[in-house]
Amino acid sequence: MELVRGRKISGGSAEGLALVSHEPISFFGGVNPDSGVVTEKGHELEGTTVKDRVLIFPNGKGSTVGSYTLYRMKRNGVAPRAIINVECEPIVAVGAIISDIPALDRLEKNPLTLFQSGKRLKVDADRSLVEASD
Amino acid sequence: MHLTNLEEKMLAGEEGYAVQKSMQILTALGEIFGADKMIPVSSVQVAGVSYYNLGDAGLEYLESLAGKGAKTRVKTTLNPAGMDLENWRELGIDEEFARKQEQVIEAFVKMGIIPSCTCTPYLVGNEPGRGDHIAWSESSAVTYANSILGAMTNREGGPSALAAAIAGRTPSYGMHIEENRKPQVRVKVDAKLAAVPDFGALGYVVGKKIGPKIPLFEGIEGVHVEQLKSLCASIATYGGTALFRTHDATYHQKEAPAETLTITRADIEGALRALNDEASEVDFVALGCPHCTLDEIKKIADLLEGRKVTREFWICTARQTMKETEKIGYAQKIRTAGAKFACDTCMAVAPLKGRFSVLATDSAKACYYGRGTNDFKTRIGSVEECVNAAVTGKWS
Repeated sequence: MELVRGRKISGGSAEGLALVSHEPISFFGGVNPDSGVVTEKGHELEGTTVKDRVLIFPNGKGSTVGSYTLYRMKRNGVAPRAIINVECEPIVAVGAIISDIPALDRLEKNPLTLFQSGKRLKVDADRSLVEASD
Repeated sequence: MHLTNLEEKMLAGEEGYAVQKSMQILTALGEIFGADKMIPVSSVQVAGVSYYNLGDAGLEYLESLAGKGAKTRVKTTLNPAGMDLENWRELGIDEEFARKQEQVIEAFVKMGIIPSCTCTPYLVGNEPGRGDHIAWSESSAVTYANSILGAMTNREGGPSALAAAIAGRTPSYGMHIEENRKPQVRVKVDAKLAAVPDFGALGYVVGKKIGPKIPLFEGIEGVHVEQLKSLCASIATYGGTALFRTHDATYHQKEAPAETLTITRADIEGALRALNDEASEVDFVALGCPHCTLDEIKKIADLLEGRKVTREFWICTARQTMKETEKIGYAQKIRTAGAKFACDTCMAVAPLKGRFSVLATDSAKACYYGRGTNDFKTRIGSVEECVNAAVTGKWS
C-alpha cells in the first residue's frame, strides 16, 4: 500500500478506480453533464465516462461555467467520486466544492505518471492523502 | 491563510450553508493563489447570467443556493442575461428559453442581487472608487475598474464573484496587492486613433503581443469613456490582462518598464483586417459591446433619422440607459427607423447561433464571440458604417 500526500482543495473522502487524462479537461462544453462522457473532439478521454472514477488530470480549462457542469453531473449521478489535479485552478476547485466532490492537488509525486487508469485509489481529502491499494 | 475569528465561524457553518460554501470556495482559491488573508469587498459584479451559457446545471445550482437562504452582503450587480427581460419576443427568443432565463434572474434577485444585467455596471450606479477592493467578473468591466476607476479586483469567474458577494470578502492576492499592479511593458502608441473600432484594434494587437502582462500606454491620453471601454473589452478578450496603466489616469509614477512595444498605424490596420471577414452582405448589425452609453445612442439616433433599416439591428445597452433615451426622444427615433433595443442582453450572450451569418459591429470583442460562439462572419467598422449596413444590407 502506498500513501501519497497532497493539498486539500475540497473536503471529504471517496474510493474508486483511477481514470487518468494527461490533457486538461473543460467541463463546460467538453463533458456531457447527463452521461458524464467526455465529448471534446480529439481528447484522449473522448467517449469515456468519468462517472464514479477517481479522475486524475493536470488542470481544468475553459469557461467558469464548468463549475456548474460538475454540480449538474453530481446531481445526475455521473460525477467522478474524487478529483486529483496536478495543479488545481478555480473552475475545478469551485465545482468540486459546490458539488461535495473530494479534491486534492500538488501531490508529492506527479499523479499522471504515478497512477494508471484502473488502479484502485482511496482519496481522503480531509487528511490530504491518497492511498493506493496493491 | 489567516482567517479572523468571524471568518472561522463562517467557514464552520455558523452562518448557514450558503455562507459556509462561499467561504470554502474563497479559502480554496486563497490557497491556490497564495493569499495570506481575506479582505472585505465593497462591490461585486456577477457574470454567468445568460441561460445560454449556464444551462440547467447553472440554473439548478443558483436555485438551490437561493433556496438555502443565500443573501448578498454588499452591493451586487448582474452581467447581461441571454435576452431582453421585457422585450424578448421581438428579439426572436423562444418561450422555453425565456422561462428558464426568468428563473435564473429570480434566483439572483432572491439573493438580493440588483438585476442590472449590464456589462457596464460603472455606467449605472455600481462605480467603485480608487483603492476600493471589489470582486468583479466580466473581463471588460474588471479591466475598466482596475485601469480607469483605480479600484482593485482580480478577474473573477461567475461562481467566485457570487461567493464573494455572499461572504462579503475575497482572498487577498493578485490585483489586490499594489506591488502586483506595476506596468510590465511600455506601449508607445505612435498612431492617430479615431473612432471606437481603432481602440478595439489597439486592444487586439497589444493583447495578442503581450498576453496577460500589464501595459503602460503612452499616446492615448484624453480619450472618452466609449473608446476606453472598447479598449478594455478588447485587450481583456485577446490578451487576458486585468489592468493597464496610462500616465494621466491612475498611474503617476515616472518609472517606465524597460520592455517597450511601439504600435503604428499599420498595426491598427492589420488588426482591423484580421477582424474583417470577406463578406459584402450583412444580415445582423449589433452595437453596444460593451453596452452603449447615452452618447453612443444619441449618435445612432441621429444617424438613423429619416431612414429605415432593412436588417436586424440591435442596440445593446442597460435598461436604465435606454429609459433615459426615451425621455429625450432618441429611443423613438431609433424605433421609428426599425432598429431594436436589446436591453439586459447583448450579441455575445444571447442564443443567436444559426439565426444570422454575417455580423457588422464596431466592437473587436463582439467579433471574437460572433465568430467563436455563433460561427458568424464579422465586419468591423465605425458606427456610421454599421448604420449604413443596417439600412442597405451591404458592407462597402
